[in-house]
Amino acid sequence: MIEKKIEVVNRLGLHARPAALVVQKASKFKAEIRLIKDEYEVNAKSIMSVMMLAAEMGSFLTIKAWGEDESTAVEEIAKLFEEKFGEE
Amino acid sequence: MKKPKKNIVWQGIPASPGIAIGKAYLLDREEITIKEEKLPPGQVQEEILRFKNSLQEAKKEIVKIKKNIVKKLGADQAKIFDAHLLILEDEVINRQVINEIKEEKKNAEFIYNRVIQKTIQVISSAKYEYLKERVADISAVSTRVINRLLGLKQHTIEPLKTPRVIVAHSLSPGDVVQMKKESVLGFAADLGGKTSHVALLAKSLGFPAVVGLKTLFSKVKSGENLILDGNRGEVILSPDQETLKNYEFKREKLLEKSRILLELAGLVAETKDKKKIELSANIELPSDVESALENGAEGIGLFRTEFLYLASSDLPDEEEQYQAYFSITQKIYPQRVIVRTFDIGGDKFARDQERDYEANPFLGWRAIRACLDLPDVFKTQLRAILKASPLGNLSLMLPMISGLDELLEAKKVLEEVKEELRAKKVGFDENLKVGIMIEIPSAALEADSLAKHCDFFSIGTNDLIQYTLAVDRTNEKIAHLYQSFHPSVLKLIKKTIDDGHKNNIWVGLCGEMAADPKATVLLVGLGIDELSASPLSIPQIKKIVRSIEFREAKDFAEEVMKLNDSKRIEKFLEEDYQRRFNQENSTKV
Repeated sequence: MIEKKIEVVNRLGLHARPAALVVQKASKFKAEIRLIKDEYEVNAKSIMSVMMLAAEMGSFLTIKAWGEDESTAVEEIAKLFEEKFGEE
Repeated sequence: MKKPKKNIVWQGIPASPGIAIGKAYLLDREEITIKEEKLPPGQVQEEILRFKNSLQEAKKEIVKIKKNIVKKLGADQAKIFDAHLLILEDEVINRQVINEIKEEKKNAEFIYNRVIQKTIQVISSAKYEYLKERVADISAVSTRVINRLLGLKQHTIEPLKTPRVIVAHSLSPGDVVQMKKESVLGFAADLGGKTSHVALLAKSLGFPAVVGLKTLFSKVKSGENLILDGNRGEVILSPDQETLKNYEFKREKLLEKSRILLELAGLVAETKDKKKIELSANIELPSDVESALENGAEGIGLFRTEFLYLASSDLPDEEEQYQAYFSITQKIYPQRVIVRTFDIGGDKFARDQERDYEANPFLGWRAIRACLDLPDVFKTQLRAILKASPLGNLSLMLPMISGLDELLEAKKVLEEVKEELRAKKVGFDENLKVGIMIEIPSAALEADSLAKHCDFFSIGTNDLIQYTLAVDRTNEKIAHLYQSFHPSVLKLIKKTIDDGHKNNIWVGLCGEMAADPKATVLLVGLGIDELSASPLSIPQIKKIVRSIEFREAKDFAEEVMKLNDSKRIEKFLEEDYQRRFNQENSTKV
């Protein structure tokens, strides 16, 4: 299992569109993937769960994954956040 | 029997502009009743399969609609249906449904509906507005699945012989995309909000629409005459002849206007030789943003914050101000809004203090002068502005700056407020741009040194003219002396633009002159970078900018600057305008 801590740096936070991008990306992997914010842990392949995290700019998330492609999964999802979901 | 009532007005939320006049078509959905049933023994696996099949079927429907939209409106608009697919295939939800069917041995539609309703409940209580709007999407998707499970057909609008106005309790994006211009004039729905997908789709498909009408659906009879006003968000039932006539006239006017706007929409304001002019809007209230965008503004060049004060008769507190500023940054994003700090007489802020009689209020204690004397008022406003800036598309503008000392003093206060916010870890845009109004002749004359300490200039011609010519613009006896094109005024404008450019900052103009079509060629020729005017005047100015050559406008401006009496200049501009545009106007828009 691997984990990576990341910061939400895009201005609008994890609103509808970025949430959809995370779920689409996560669904491509076989690994189980979770997003953790404070005490909430949600399945990164579920749009409803990810939206309900309501992570705003400046909040910190942990991406956790386990399964055969766990490291690429974490890398690629972290990259989405780093690149601000192409927002700016 | 009583005579039936005429002109019954229902107020809803304007979702998509335009006027529709016609007979009502009720989009009747039977209330779906979902029964709770215990499964017969051994039926669990079959029930799970039935659930999975209904998901598959719903998926096929959504994919089909999506393809249809891509074809009609392009891939961008179809993204809504990607979201629907993600909701439909949500593995957490679907796994929960399957598990609960196994555990409770109950029918799929009952369990699925229960899980969805619970999710909707959680989401509706969230503090984020965008999540609440997703509720409509979730129910649209779940209705599709439940209809499949119950063997009901998704309701479609039957082809109509004469087009009608659709009235429904609720509408899904799927319903809207099925609407055809031949059978639908517009629609009204009891549920929905301004930014729902339904509203966005109605706008892009060009259907007038009103939503949020609460209980209209139950009060309309099929075939009843009605008027739907998508601009004001009203539905008028059984209109009388006079009202009908008025609205038919209004509809024609709107259609004509939208034809012109349509031609210009999406086109940038640039000259034939590709010199770009930023055309933005002056607004008074956050709700004016819509009209600014509709008319093709590329941003808000001037938000007059004093209207917040005038509207509430009391100085708005920090939260109220923050809400107003932030809502504009959201609505206009990614375009920019320039927020100007209070520009009113000092007596308005200082209600409790004794009001001093001022013999010359225009030359008195007002705008930045009063703000610097009343640090509480000024700092509250700056805090609200900074807090509203995180999207990075807000700029600050200071009114009535007369010289460098004032600018530096105001910037010092701004720094203090920033420091306070940093200490409290309140986020704001560290790159916030600060500009000043050039509306006092001394500022125009000192533009070179002022430009070294700010990020942009916006020329306020209304005050610049009255201060330069010493003409009170509210005094009718001397109205003839208020000459917008006085050579002295033009020289100050030119100097401001030149000094700004010398220092690599952009220079805009936000007074009445920006909306005067006679001035456009001259201002472009003088090198103005931005023009900010009332939303309604933008299309005309855009049309002019697009019809001229920058090189030629420069020559024209040079000619104008050689003239030295304002009557001649005015005549020169007037004749040039007639020559350029009036013939053209009659033949071609």
